[in-house]
Amino acid sequence: MTGAEPKVTLELALASGLTGEEYDRIIRRLGREPSYTELGLFSALWSEHCAYKHSRVFLRGLPTTGPAVLQGPGENAGIVDLGGDLALAFKIESHNHPSFIEPFQGAATGVGGILRDIFTMGARPIAILDSLRFGDPGDPRSRRLIDGVVSGISWYGNCFGVPNLGGEVKFAPEYAGNPLVNAMAVGLLRKDRIFRARAEGPGNPVFYVGAKTGRDGIHGATMASATFDEGAEERRPTVQVGDPFTEKLLLEACLEAMETGAVLGIQDMGAAGLACACSEMPARAGTGMEVELSRVPQRESGMTPYEIMLSESQERMLLVAARGREDEVRKVFAKWELDAVEIGRVTGDGMLRATMNGTLVADVPVTALADEAPVYEKPTARPAWQDGLEAFDPLSLPAPADPGETLLALLASPGIASKEWVYRQYDMQVGINTLVMPGSDAGVLRIKGTRKAVALTTDCNNRFVYLNPRAGAAMAVAEAARNLAVTGARPLGLTDCLNFGSPERPEILWQFKEAVAGLAEACRALDIPVVGGNVSFYNETLGQAILPAPVIGMAGLIDEADSRRTQWFEADGDRIALLGPDDVSLGGSEYLWLVHGRVAGRLAPLDLGQERRVHEACRAAIAAGLLRGAHDCAEGGLAVTVAESCVSGPRLLGAEIDLPAGTQRADLLLFGEGPSRVVVSVRPESERHFERLMGEFALPWRWIGRVGARLW
Amino acid sequence: MNFGVVVFPGTWSDCDFHYVIGEVLHQPVRYVWHRDSQLADFDCLILPGGFSYGDYLRAGAVAGRSPVVEALPEFVAKGGVVLGSCNGFQILCESKLLPGALMRNECLQYRCQSTFLRVENAETSFTRAMRPGQVLKMPISHGEGKFYADAETLRRVRDQKQIVFRYASEDGRVVKDANPNGSLDNIAGLINEEGTVLGLMPHPERASENAMGGTDGLLIFHSLLGSLVEDGSFLKR
Repeated sequence: MTGAEPKVTLELALASGLTGEEYDRIIRRLGREPSYTELGLFSALWSEHCAYKHSRVFLRGLPTTGPAVLQGPGENAGIVDLGGDLALAFKIESHNHPSFIEPFQGAATGVGGILRDIFTMGARPIAILDSLRFGDPGDPRSRRLIDGVVSGISWYGNCFGVPNLGGEVKFAPEYAGNPLVNAMAVGLLRKDRIFRARAEGPGNPVFYVGAKTGRDGIHGATMASATFDEGAEERRPTVQVGDPFTEKLLLEACLEAMETGAVLGIQDMGAAGLACACSEMPARAGTGMEVELSRVPQRESGMTPYEIMLSESQERMLLVAARGREDEVRKVFAKWELDAVEIGRVTGDGMLRATMNGTLVADVPVTALADEAPVYEKPTARPAWQDGLEAFDPLSLPAPADPGETLLALLASPGIASKEWVYRQYDMQVGINTLVMPGSDAGVLRIKGTRKAVALTTDCNNRFVYLNPRAGAAMAVAEAARNLAVTGARPLGLTDCLNFGSPERPEILWQFKEAVAGLAEACRALDIPVVGGNVSFYNETLGQAILPAPVIGMAGLIDEADSRRTQWFEADGDRIALLGPDDVSLGGSEYLWLVHGRVAGRLAPLDLGQERRVHEACRAAIAAGLLRGAHDCAEGGLAVTVAESCVSGPRLLGAEIDLPAGTQRADLLLFGEGPSRVVVSVRPESERHFERLMGEFALPWRWIGRVGARLW
Repeated sequence: MNFGVVVFPGTWSDCDFHYVIGEVLHQPVRYVWHRDSQLADFDCLILPGGFSYGDYLRAGAVAGRSPVVEALPEFVAKGGVVLGSCNGFQILCESKLLPGALMRNECLQYRCQSTFLRVENAETSFTRAMRPGQVLKMPISHGEGKFYADAETLRRVRDQKQIVFRYASEDGRVVKDANPNGSLDNIAGLINEEGTVLGLMPHPERASENAMGGTDGLLIFHSLLGSLVEDGSFLKR
């Protein structure tokens, strides 16, 4: 091995993020000390970010199969069947740590990374969504992060040319020092043209394509696998720098090269860059790979093998071509003025062998890197704080003197108020497929050449998950599915982005374990497979963990695009109904937080069977053409939901609502929150038909009022 | 009428224009690569939206000097017409085929929203299917759409009726509130002196189907296609 590199010691291994045990394990596996470059490979591939060391054991419980699943977890993105020749690829991923250090580039490269995950499968990206969490927007430090993140997403997505279909923006003090930036991308492809990240066929050439390699982002994966201290800003050099123009060229070149038939396998160089692609691709195919690192296109001089292997420079792919068809690949990339350099070949011996100017710098079994990272089952412990949270009774607080004032305050709060100030900065229409833009429960895209449409959403109520991780995570799945149901869509699959604190703390790992169990329960009950996802641990700054956030990204299918519905009322005189139970709680509600500054209490019960019936009833009423609007009843309760239906559409409309007589407090009736509830407006001529239809679904529902009251 | 949709590296409205012309209007349409300068087969060339060459340097600056754009003066001299939307408008200004410049939006942010346009000149081959003063609904999506020109240029484009569309309220009033980007004189679209090159920041291709929220964008195409029927000499070489 090369003599110029630093000597590998235990201290060096510890400094690169490995534990002493893991270092011993590497020595045992190799039968020798690793070289400096090899240590770098292990530190990146065995990082939490790449290896899911602390989460893997829990994730095994998630349902990942179903009749619509064409590709489950384990590839760059999941794929579901849209019927006919078409399929949908989608995936969500976090870029929390980079976005805190450098919000603009951190968020931009988050979008770039997830887009590559989609087009590396052979799909053309048709939408992105973003799920964001920040501290109080009144705090200038949070404002800086919000402005940076939103403009980073705007810059990358708009320049690349993909519409933004929605997402979430939420605020809580726990995110002030650790914002969440989760980006979801969705792509359309032909079922018989799915590309996978496999290095098949010894002797086939390995091409490096796309942007040149620099020193940016070295050890990004390791950075994302630790909590932050006060020196976080000093890690700015570990954040990558994006170039959406190059990404757009890479997209067109990759899809065109795939079209030739000369491409056998392809993988995005994302976290851990070349190291990851050169070990995962052969590991998946049971092969090996040889690469000569001096051939890697570089934009800085004097880069070491270690740096070349671990760089996280953006807009790059590794592809395996069919031997003899190299020129077809070169020609396409030359047309798009991108590098396409043959840097090695697939081998049959299961080793990753890297040379630099002919000198061997790494010689490691690919499976040792890609598949043999340790799996930890660390202790979990129910946090001591749970009892206190659950024991709190929100009804021990005084009811508001003027519920009307409270409603206005809720509507004006940053969590509930319109997010147009965010999404108007995003192109929402490029591709001319957007039927429903952000600002309704889910975004909807038509599929040209068919009568179908796809509905997309992201959801997670962090306060619910904090108060009860299992029920809260199940409710996130239920809410996402409900947001699709109110458009008329049937969920096809979901992708999850599990954002939590440090898994080395038993309380946090308990939150994680419980949340994953809740997620699995809801997926089974609602019949929605998990087709991909991402775990983001270590979301802590100075010991302050975030509110846990298992963000659910979900895609659904509408058979008749023209039947789709939006959340707003459309016509005076329509009758308003509430589907679902009356059982609500102020525990964890937006009201309790805004008015009383508390996150506590018990959640309303979740009956997944009933949840499913509400979705089915809603879809049936939409398919029958009975509804004008349908809106998920979520944050802020019934009062906020009805108000949103009045003001969020193209026309401002009023509504008159009857509250049930009884002894319940007005604040609970108006602002209490609970799952499985949907507010719909029914065409006057369809009232009887609607009543009959609801009778078939064995669910609680009632008429609650009419659209078209005096406005003011 | 043969349409060509120009593709620069970084263009993204190309497919949308292609779809509207081919699938909605059923007219012959082909893509034109930015290195091509053989344009004799076309009657109308579209410069679509996007970030040509990444819009690095200035929006449209690099594309404004590309082979296809350098061939445009000859193309229009021989009777062709050119429609530039969004980045296409920026490219036309950068290449001096249209006067003035497009600068960063006054709000300093990207804006994607619906706008209303008042038709200021209905006597061009791009607008003859419209009524003067008619209000069209068309979305914008740009970060650099604030039109600017010096006083002399502004006087000239006003005098020669080169201002074709102005941002307006839904009822047709040209007011500041209706101006999404701070454009001088609410200018949204401009034509050259000869009436052969139109640039506008809004996206007509995104307003060409009811499913997309309206069809006012089609009026531009109907004007072009109608003009061929009414005036046989137009576009004939």
